[in-house]
Amino acid sequence: MVPLSWYIFLSAALFSIGLYGVLARKNVIAILLGVELMLNAANINLVAFWRYGNTALMGGQVFSIIVFAVAAAEVAVGLALVIAIYRTRKTVIADELDLMKW
Amino acid sequence: MTAEQIIFFLTAALILISALMVVTTRNLVHAALWLIAVLFGAAVLFATLDASFLAVVQIVVYIGAIAILFIFAVMLTRRNLLDKVSQTNAGWPWAAGISVAAFAGLVFLVGQMHNAGAQKGEVSGDPLMALSTALVSPDAYVLAFEVASIMLLAALVGAVYIANRK
Repeated sequence: MVPLSWYIFLSAALFSIGLYGVLARKNVIAILLGVELMLNAANINLVAFWRYGNTALMGGQVFSIIVFAVAAAEVAVGLALVIAIYRTRKTVIADELDLMKW
Repeated sequence: MTAEQIIFFLTAALILISALMVVTTRNLVHAALWLIAVLFGAAVLFATLDASFLAVVQIVVYIGAIAILFIFAVMLTRRNLLDKVSQTNAGWPWAAGISVAAFAGLVFLVGQMHNAGAQKGEVSGDPLMALSTALVSPDAYVLAFEVASIMLLAALVGAVYIANRK
């Protein structure tokens, strides 16, 4: 049987990979991909804790659905910003978006 | 090994290898396709955890909408940063170090947990029915559910406004 810790180790690894993607990548879209990986790691954790805890309490799954909605909103607004920035600045590299850097 | 463990290991290998490809591959369209593999692996995990609704939602919403949105965004912006340029910024060793440190810290914390070796209990009742009841019950999570839907609506209207060509 699969103990709870295996799921947590898997989601910890997935979270760390996503963190690396967010910190290391240049392209703004690649950074958003890293954020998606981290959100999925959180979702796996939430569902695993729900399943190994009291399954009559649905908090874990409901929280997971909220995370789905937040992820969808984040991607929609994020990619809209990327496209708007690309239209005016002709770049998607995070380092070059330094208009507000003093 | 039981069948459950074999399925878990195969899924975990799929998820981790695909996730590494997402953060390392040069071509962003390929990165988005590897992300689909990660999301599919997560859906398999949800299915093994008896969260059938979330498994379906993961396929429909994440793969069907979010991943496709990524592919569209990649195609609407300049293809790649030219193939010769590095895809990572100058501080990437720091990023790798921070990620490894975060992973080590998380593993350490899991080692401190007293119920880390817990096994699955029996599922009580019908989880799908319980979930749908909890989402619309005033005693449970109807407020969070409505707030999430308003937030999604506001975000989508905002996205349309921002991306709209003036």
